[in-house]
Amino acid sequence: MEIFQIVLFIFLIVCAISVSFSRNLLNSIIIFMSYSLIMSIIWILLESPDLAITEAAVGAGITSILFFVTLKKIHAIVAINEDKEDKHVNRKGGGK
Amino acid sequence: MGGNLLANYGEAVAMILFGIGFSNLLLQKNLIKKIIGLNIMDTATYLFLAEKGYIAGRVAPIVVDNVTSVEAYINPVPSGLVLTGIVVSVSVTALMLSLTIRLYRKYHTLDMDEISTMLKKEEE
Amino acid sequence: MSRLLSEEEYRKTKAFKIRRWYRGEKDPYLGKVEMKPQKPFTEDIKTQKQRIHDEAILRRNIYDIEHNKKLQIFSKFYKVVSIVFVFTLIAILLYVVSYLPPVGNAANPDNNEVASKYIEDGMKDTGAVNIVTGMILDYRAFDTLGESNVLFIATCTVLILLRVDNRSKKKEEEENDRLYEPKNDIILQKVAFFLVPMIIIFGIYVILNGHLSPGGGFSGGAIIGSGLILYVNAFGFKKIERFFTQKTYKWICFVALLFYCLAKTYSFYCGAHHLETGIPLGTPGDILSSGLILPLNICVGMVVACTMYAFYAMFRKGGF
Repeated sequence: MEIFQIVLFIFLIVCAISVSFSRNLLNSIIIFMSYSLIMSIIWILLESPDLAITEAAVGAGITSILFFVTLKKIHAIVAINEDKEDKHVNRKGGGK
Repeated sequence: MGGNLLANYGEAVAMILFGIGFSNLLLQKNLIKKIIGLNIMDTATYLFLAEKGYIAGRVAPIVVDNVTSVEAYINPVPSGLVLTGIVVSVSVTALMLSLTIRLYRKYHTLDMDEISTMLKKEEE
Repeated sequence: MSRLLSEEEYRKTKAFKIRRWYRGEKDPYLGKVEMKPQKPFTEDIKTQKQRIHDEAILRRNIYDIEHNKKLQIFSKFYKVVSIVFVFTLIAILLYVVSYLPPVGNAANPDNNEVASKYIEDGMKDTGAVNIVTGMILDYRAFDTLGESNVLFIATCTVLILLRVDNRSKKKEEEENDRLYEPKNDIILQKVAFFLVPMIIIFGIYVILNGHLSPGGGFSGGAIIGSGLILYVNAFGFKKIERFFTQKTYKWICFVALLFYCLAKTYSFYCGAHHLETGIPLGTPGDILSSGLILPLNICVGMVVACTMYAFYAMFRKGGF
């Protein structure tokens, strides 16, 4: 049990460091989700099942979903602006 | 240096994670990574609190077979505190992400330096 | 003495002069120094253009980031100082940790009489088998009241920031929402058809058994919220309007939070004195036991579920 706990702690530290050093935003959010999940398993090893259920539902569930939806909104704004620019350029080139 | 550093390896890991989260908050330029750093700091604090309540050899605080002596269960008080904290952490994250979306709509960048330059230019 | 004065007469009185003095409205030089009135100042159009041009060049030089040496030195200095600061902070914290009592020791100073009171008398006083739930909803119900209010305030703030009210903009947001992903994905719909009822039933089970097994209001509410989010993702916003509209959300949040506040606001006035409710405690181990804990769990669960769904809908569409 002790070795298992130590391995999980090392995994946590590696996850936390790799979140800061990754270039792609999507990658860092997925690694953060796995960080939350391992945290939930550590709560069980510390004999608090209430915290484990809550962290699994809230940390690996709701917070990560909110991050994904934020990224999606940002990409959607970028894509809409590009579309608008394309239409603008096409209309100008049409000679109206 | 007291001698308990290796016996309290859980709390030491919590402190290291707190430092990593804090350095993310200070040094990263991307707004979303700053918010992830704040979340890491939060969970590190909860890990520290839960470690304070653990007692070796005892089980979770759910009464089994009507045994209500103190010798059989861990300390339930830090568990209640952390439960509140987890929910507050998700509220703070949701608020900060909505602020990020509004900032992005106005300035079209997620870089903190560029946003502060544009803010200064607007003040003129 | 109580006659209303006209404007000119009021200007001659002492009270008007004192008021004008301390408000600073009187120009001391007007009418006393110049011999002839001044012309208003107008700028020549050429000098105006020249001035604007000079200011633009100045501004470009000020905000020139790439070639500014001071700014570059400052940013490097900032990075070095912050890394040093973080390492110092970690060193101090580890130093303190090495002096703390060892983890897992039963004789730690924080395993004192508070914990023994909660464990020994927990089941007798509250009737809850889960000691932690009994603690946060009976002995320390005031903290949970504050926490539900924090969730409510967060929802209000997200509503202020992200809500779209204009009718035309609403339609635009709804179209843009699913513009770049396939609608009616058949795998997702078949899977959600089986999973969503199970998730919601599991969430209801966790809420109702909050005082008998691990779980409680918060986790159950988060689980139900996740089930609703999966439903919205698979079937779209039109289908969820059939049972979860804005009115449903408002009424559920309002009634649940109001019930919790009415039940536990006496703590503002009575402090630590406990008010007895009339609900009997029952036998521990049944669902319908432990007094007021079961209704409070249901209230908290409903508030959390609605809050999680509201966050998602606000981020996605800007409305319900």
